[in-house]
Amino acid sequence: MNGLPVNTVDTLFVLISAALVMLMTPGLALFYGGMVRRKNILGVLMQCFAAMCILNVWWIMIGYSLSFAPSNGFWGGLGWLGLKNVGYAPMPDYSSTIPNRVFMIFQAMFAVITPALIIGAFAERMKFSAYLIFTLLWATFVYAPICHWVWGSGGWLKQMGVLDFAGGIVVHTTAGVAALVTTIIIGKRKNLNHSPAPHNLPLVVLGTGLLWFGWFGFNAGSALGVNEIAVNAFITTNTAAATAGITWSLLEWIRNGRPTVFGIITGCVAGLATVTPGAGYVGIGSAMLIGILASILCFIAVAVVKPKYGYDDSLDVFGVHGVGGILGTICVGLFASKAVNPQGADGLFFGNPHFLLTQATAVLIAALYTVIVTFLIYKFIDIFLGVRINEQEESIGVDLSQHREHAYTILE
Amino acid sequence: MKLIVAIIQPYRLEEVKQALYAAQVHLITVSEVLGHGRQKGVTEYYRGVKETGNLLRKVRLEIAVNENFVEPTINAIIKGAKTGKTGDGKIFVLDLKECIRIRTGDRGTEAIG
Repeated sequence: MNGLPVNTVDTLFVLISAALVMLMTPGLALFYGGMVRRKNILGVLMQCFAAMCILNVWWIMIGYSLSFAPSNGFWGGLGWLGLKNVGYAPMPDYSSTIPNRVFMIFQAMFAVITPALIIGAFAERMKFSAYLIFTLLWATFVYAPICHWVWGSGGWLKQMGVLDFAGGIVVHTTAGVAALVTTIIIGKRKNLNHSPAPHNLPLVVLGTGLLWFGWFGFNAGSALGVNEIAVNAFITTNTAAATAGITWSLLEWIRNGRPTVFGIITGCVAGLATVTPGAGYVGIGSAMLIGILASILCFIAVAVVKPKYGYDDSLDVFGVHGVGGILGTICVGLFASKAVNPQGADGLFFGNPHFLLTQATAVLIAALYTVIVTFLIYKFIDIFLGVRINEQEESIGVDLSQHREHAYTILE
Repeated sequence: MKLIVAIIQPYRLEEVKQALYAAQVHLITVSEVLGHGRQKGVTEYYRGVKETGNLLRKVRLEIAVNENFVEPTINAIIKGAKTGKTGDGKIFVLDLKECIRIRTGDRGTEAIG
């Protein structure tokens, strides 16, 4: 015990935020599940729920220690395995007002949703057993180290002054880049000349609603207390989502003649992902600009770049989360202001070009590391197990071939 | 004129379509149906409970063709749908009495293509 008193209001706030973030993974499941063809929806839902089950246990056993135990700059080490030494007392490196265990369970939800985000890239064609191993290895060798570099006690990127409020690098860049790597190696889905339309768009809309709702816990909760920063993060999150939704719709209206439901919600998610690293460091006006930029760049990635290069990122994980996370991290370097958060930094537009360089370097390093390690993990599993389902299983669909279940019945 | 009705495995639909297009057959109606063939049902599990003998999902194709397209159509369906396993399906060929194009009132072999 180090004698720091626990603030019950902050603790309550972070516990509720953890519950909000937890709900994002089922939200993501519906968001992705509605997008795939109807023979594959259960595969996606199963992958999301399996991530919730295995990663929560992994987090308690080893993940939290690897990510957050105080050790060196590169990983957390084994000091907190099985929550040893993780008690009710606050850990001042993370928060001096909430119990270490509360911080632990809040962070658990981030560790669950990040690998789950990648699911969209290889949707409709991955073997379930291979998925489970991929998820565990990826969480251990990509998520946990990068999480430690950026957020962990003594993390080397943190020491460099890198700011990532709620996971622009740790969550969205890593997941988005890993998505791009896996989608390229696994190859295109069979018999597809164009991306199939979502089989159930209302589910995608419901999923987006849950994500937006949960994102308040993700971003405002990352303030780890009831304070001005939390309020700012709540409002910037909401504002960026809204402006990004408007922007995407306008882009579609101008380019394709009609705004679509799928477009507006994709814009909202792009805005949410992009504002994540800056939510607690930028002002509300900046959040609007971030929302606008998010939709413009993600729209280009999804509607122009992807068709040009022809990779089959089934559900646009890279185009929305990867591009959003990278852009958002750069945006912190542009728009961060000490007037908003004295513990933050000033960005380029507030007179500090050096900080922009720091942010850009960090995101580049995280992306490179993710590319290399994700590639190795994929190849390792592919040698021993085979990652992709065979052609017939793919034609039949993941639901029936991997789980022997149907999502929908006909007639009866 | 013949009406060709085929019951195939749902997951072979894409291959059958490609084969039909290659045979210059472009007019096709597809519906999703349930049915029993000679094979026993696929086994499905709901919360660990094994269920067999369900009616199976199939796809039904309906294609109306002129006489010279009958064999090419049949061959294309077989080419696309055949896996060699029980459950590949069946093709029925029926005489077609009349065919009317609603837009123009055309009748017979004119109206089919």
